Amino acid sequence: MIYDILIIGGGVTGTAVARELSRYQLSIALLEKEAELAFGVSKSNSGIVHPGTQNPPDSLKGRLCVRGNKLLRGLSREIGVYFKQVGELIIITTAADLPRLQKLLSDGRKLGVRGLRIVDRKWLAKNEPNLSSAVPYALYAPTAGIISPYRLVYDLAENAAANGVEIFTDQLVTGVKKGRGFIVETTRRKFEARFMVNAAGLYADEVAALYGAADFKITPRKGEEYLLDKKRENLTRHIIFPLPTDKGKGMLVIKTSDGNPMIGPTAEDIEDKTDLSTTAEGFRKVTDSVREMAPCLDTRDIIAYFAGLRPVSGADFIIRAETALPGIVTVAGIQSPGLTASPAIAEYVVRLLRKAGLNLRRKKHFQKYRPATSHLFASSVRRIRGLLERDPSYGDIVCRCELVSAREIREAVRRGARTMDGVKFRTRAQAGRCHGGFCTTRIMKIIAEELKLPLTAVTKKGAGSELVTGDRRAPV
Amino acid sequence: MRRYELVIVGGGPAGLAAAIAAADRGARNILLLERDQYLGGILNQCIHPGFGLQYFREELTGPEYAARFIAELPKYPQIEISRRSFAVKVTARKEITYLKPGCCETIKAGAVIMATGCRERTREMIHIPGDRPAGVFSAGLAQKLLNIEGLLPGKEVVIIGSGDIGLIMARRLTLEGARVKAVLEIQEKSAGLTRNVVQCLEDFNIPLYLRHQVLKISGRGRVAGVTVLNMQENKTFELACDTVLVSVGLLPERDIFADLSGLPGLFVCGNADKVYDLVDNVTRDSKKTGFLAVEYLRSKNAE
Repeated sequence: MIYDILIIGGGVTGTAVARELSRYQLSIALLEKEAELAFGVSKSNSGIVHPGTQNPPDSLKGRLCVRGNKLLRGLSREIGVYFKQVGELIIITTAADLPRLQKLLSDGRKLGVRGLRIVDRKWLAKNEPNLSSAVPYALYAPTAGIISPYRLVYDLAENAAANGVEIFTDQLVTGVKKGRGFIVETTRRKFEARFMVNAAGLYADEVAALYGAADFKITPRKGEEYLLDKKRENLTRHIIFPLPTDKGKGMLVIKTSDGNPMIGPTAEDIEDKTDLSTTAEGFRKVTDSVREMAPCLDTRDIIAYFAGLRPVSGADFIIRAETALPGIVTVAGIQSPGLTASPAIAEYVVRLLRKAGLNLRRKKHFQKYRPATSHLFASSVRRIRGLLERDPSYGDIVCRCELVSAREIREAVRRGARTMDGVKFRTRAQAGRCHGGFCTTRIMKIIAEELKLPLTAVTKKGAGSELVTGDRRAPV
Repeated sequence: MRRYELVIVGGGPAGLAAAIAAADRGARNILLLERDQYLGGILNQCIHPGFGLQYFREELTGPEYAARFIAELPKYPQIEISRRSFAVKVTARKEITYLKPGCCETIKAGAVIMATGCRERTREMIHIPGDRPAGVFSAGLAQKLLNIEGLLPGKEVVIIGSGDIGLIMARRLTLEGARVKAVLEIQEKSAGLTRNVVQCLEDFNIPLYLRHQVLKISGRGRVAGVTVLNMQENKTFELACDTVLVSVGLLPERDIFADLSGLPGLFVCGNADKVYDLVDNVTRDSKKTGFLAVEYLRSKNAE
């Protein structure tokens, strides 16, 4: 079969492009090298929906961020993913920096960011009481919001699949050849397509080199993030930013859609695209910086940490149609604010594909909506009673820290989870204080049962990360 | 709303002892909520001996110790047992909401005993940096995998911390053919019972390194090794392994009633109250809690 379009990369960019293209009468395949979608750059995203500030007024990323912020609100309703507008504060610690704040304000206004204003100590004391009293002014951006980065990817993919997109995981692309269209070879098979979108995240440069566009390099910039217990949900009321530097937006206090505040990230350019380790130094840097903004931070409230890699290539996004190879669109260097911009990037990519000759005819029966997934942790007692009437196994609690039922875990696997991490990202089971101490065995059994696998084949995050090394039970 | 004189949350050794003691002392209707499908709690995965030496004056395994109490229950029709029942909310009016397959119940209690046990401290709580591969388990989870599910957590094991569960698991994994390369303790002495250091490590030639700190866990898919600091000599070295067990202490599980401390008629016993070394002492103290709850109910009635 020859697909109309092949999308390489199952992160937020690839799945947003897939969902946008699924409005049209096209055959589409999406390839992901990992065991599950969102397992690359997207899984470590902070989930901030940026207002558009902190970007130069003439930048592509600035424009797409402001547009994405608008689009994401409607999109989140359509595909049933929780979005909350919480607002952000960009703070300064000395009044001498006020001109820099004013520059951010005017740059933001040029980009069309709405509602921006500078707030003073009095406003801050009232509206952000845990913020250090040494902060004299802040730029308030009310349109900042939060979303779950992986649930956004999964729900985009699920809606795209409902509209005919075929999704293939564990498909590492190893070669691109020119045929009548393009022939893409993976570690498992060949795919043929007339058009291609490279949304390969950290590996976009390596995939581009396969089709001869080796003129850019992706450098991983590591960011360590530290998550706090849910009981500290109100550490701050807004997302708190320092003034940006040339290395990025600095160390933040982030609100997340699951309730746990998150602090970080560090920003360190490294070589190894697989190095997701955290460090003692990173821990110190994050906690020291955050204490300056929120002095009441208690490191004993940290319950989890991780590192992610930003795919950096220059200062701006690279989104272009390859003129030497008509039919290929490269989407690279999508670091912050990539998640926010993703729906706008998708629109932009579709325009480039149309210009490159892709014939776009709308589907008559595009399924715009995806019913929201039910989560016990986000449900009232009354709603829980309703869920139990629908399925008694909503009352069978597997993860006690985060209140996740057997039904939700089974549903996650039926919706595409293949691994323990995939279940965690979708349901929050194992994401609480005990880190799966009590629920790991139950989750393993549900995955094994649903996927008809032996328990020894259940993995944390794909092949090579099997949880156990042997089965000691006597053969039946 | 159904009413009970006494509701006990948790059917491990603490909850079982409290229920039986309260019934013996005259409580007439008791509801015992157990989240698992079996009573006995963590004792079920403790298949090693050493339980009951004080309370029963004989040596039992964990499941045997639990069975002694479970066997008593048919004599107590006033104790209603609800299995697979997970308490999600307890209010200051002593209304308890719990979930079980197919239903979400709210009940009213005259008195409540929280016997919710404890949870293990994790690698994250002590901030060990490095990678996050498969093969890092809390010692109790490794015990459950092996003893309840029959699954071997790993073959080349390093244990961080020398808590009792870690020591017990060092022996257990060795008996199952795994190689336990080291138990690493940051303090100057083991956190576990001396008898466990002798019977679980020394008898099996498993080295215990005191004043050693793990600086890093490495491995992309599965654990590949740990970087260790010898704190006395200030030297670091690497230990290759495919599995890391973390045994760095236990924390009372009190989240569900954290906002209710000091509430009259709310009692806490067992590891939810404080972490115990010996289950025999849990039984002894939890029986007292059962009595206290009945006394409270009587004084309320007298009012």
